Amino acid sequence: MAKARALCAVSLANMLEYRAEIYLWVLASVLPLILLGVWAHAAEGGAFPLSSVEFIRYFICVFVVRQFSFIWVIWEFEELVVSGNLSHQLLQPLNPVWRFLASHLTERIVRLPLVALVVVICFCLYPRALWLPRPLDVLQASGLLVLAFCARFFLQYMMSMLAFWSERAAAIEELWFVVHLFLSGLIAPLDVYPEPVRRLTELTPFPYLIYHPVNLLLGRGAPLGRAALVLAAWGGAAFVVQRWLWKRGLDRYSAMGS
Amino acid sequence: MAAISVSELSKSYRVGVKQPGLGGALRYLLRREQREIAAVQSVSFEVQPGEIVGFLGANGAGKTTTLKMLTGLIRPSAGRATVAGQVPFERKRAFLESITLVLGQKQQLMWDLPALDSLKVNAAVYEISPREASRRIGELAEMLDVQGQLAQPVRKLSLGERMKCELLAALLHRPKILLLDEPTLGLDVNAQDAMRRFLREYNQRHLATVLLTSHYMADIVALCPRVLLIHEGKLVYDGSLSGLVERFAPYRQVRLELSEPVEPSVLRRFGEVEAQDGLSAVLIVERSQLTETLARVLSELKPRDLGVSDPPVERVIGKLFLEQNLAAKLAPPLGKDGAS
Repeated sequence: MAKARALCAVSLANMLEYRAEIYLWVLASVLPLILLGVWAHAAEGGAFPLSSVEFIRYFICVFVVRQFSFIWVIWEFEELVVSGNLSHQLLQPLNPVWRFLASHLTERIVRLPLVALVVVICFCLYPRALWLPRPLDVLQASGLLVLAFCARFFLQYMMSMLAFWSERAAAIEELWFVVHLFLSGLIAPLDVYPEPVRRLTELTPFPYLIYHPVNLLLGRGAPLGRAALVLAAWGGAAFVVQRWLWKRGLDRYSAMGS
Repeated sequence: MAAISVSELSKSYRVGVKQPGLGGALRYLLRREQREIAAVQSVSFEVQPGEIVGFLGANGAGKTTTLKMLTGLIRPSAGRATVAGQVPFERKRAFLESITLVLGQKQQLMWDLPALDSLKVNAAVYEISPREASRRIGELAEMLDVQGQLAQPVRKLSLGERMKCELLAALLHRPKILLLDEPTLGLDVNAQDAMRRFLREYNQRHLATVLLTSHYMADIVALCPRVLLIHEGKLVYDGSLSGLVERFAPYRQVRLELSEPVEPSVLRRFGEVEAQDGLSAVLIVERSQLTETLARVLSELKPRDLGVSDPPVERVIGKLFLEQNLAAKLAPPLGKDGAS
């Protein structure tokens, strides 16, 4: 517990030093707010499963939810392996994953004020979309987000292990992002997809990262049991594979540059 | 029991061989040619608790690779090493708590935060109570004379102050075995001297074992009664520093204060001209020809003053590193004190 406290306190102090960069990341993730305008306008003139106001609320929630499931461990891990700076962490009796987790968690805290400000601006621009989610929905969405964060973190951390074999391991994240873009509900609610596609995506972790938490906030409900099961299965499998790759990766690690 | 025990330790890497140009790139795509590099070959030595040992060798000789194997960062290809009674690559908690590695060109302190923040994390990681951590930080900061710098962001510190803080962070858990890779790299003369004094004091106060690599021979001369010399991955000397100089420096340095200017071509008739500045000159003369050369210098050049001394250790080691066939020169394999 003392370790967690010290790691989080110092990591938060470090993240505050990088607040300008973090705020730029937040501003760089406004894709949902751009799509908000497009979909809201389209919904006014066509037959869509969501009304114009629902689309606005949907994409505002996507913007918020995405802030919590945004993971960047692969870039940090790749840099540590390629530069040899992982060595310092390997020399200490603490698995490096705890440092990565602490920095991700504390970075969320630094993001919050700007995220809140952007949401307020959105509601000023679209006052008809203003609503307050029910406390129970917020609670359920928060629980699902914690699970989604863990699953997404371990999936990306597993892919990070490729840095032991390739100097450009982060490139795989680009491929992941394309699939994530379409299947998570980031560019469109899954309601607009054909039923077979939707059924297929339910077996992947993607819809549980954004689409279902957003639906919970909107009061549209979500298959919580299945969400927990699918995320736990993917996150658990990623954890096991990561441990396996970690052991083999350390055999290959040459601590170059140090 | 030895603090560090190394037996027949080897490490080889496979590296891709790629010819330059487009043709080379295409050939590499179709057929990857690989070459095996033997970075360390059958190295054996022991270091006793409390010893300070210098680890010498030219760039790429295998020093850092050996240190990496001793700290468990990389797995040896063959052989066996135990450090503090543990196998390094298993990286057990007891092992990690017993050692530290200081890399002169790398830093573990968080760049934008005061060093105290990194020390706070280190204390928690090594399960040192806040009170004990504060006591140790105070003691080490006093020894290193950095009490005033610990609260400043690391990026604002000078290189010397930063290195001292790095050392403080590396020693907070009070390791018994210190593996130091170029700890004085880039420091000015005063900072180097302060670092050496600190290492000697730490070694005496905590009976710590130190294995040190450095390109600054002054570090080795000041700290290491015993040196290991590694060349092309092989250990070629294990013994005293004076023994190394005696064995591999069969020449003397002759300092001259001339009575009148002399052309360099004239001086070269007496030996290698190491330096010449006005009426001062330094010659390098083979030990076997010293008496005869001195007699010739005195009769032909009539210097106002003349002095003979051992060459600086830097020069001896520097020349050793340039030897193409050093390993062959040193064969058969050397034992302790270079006795063949």
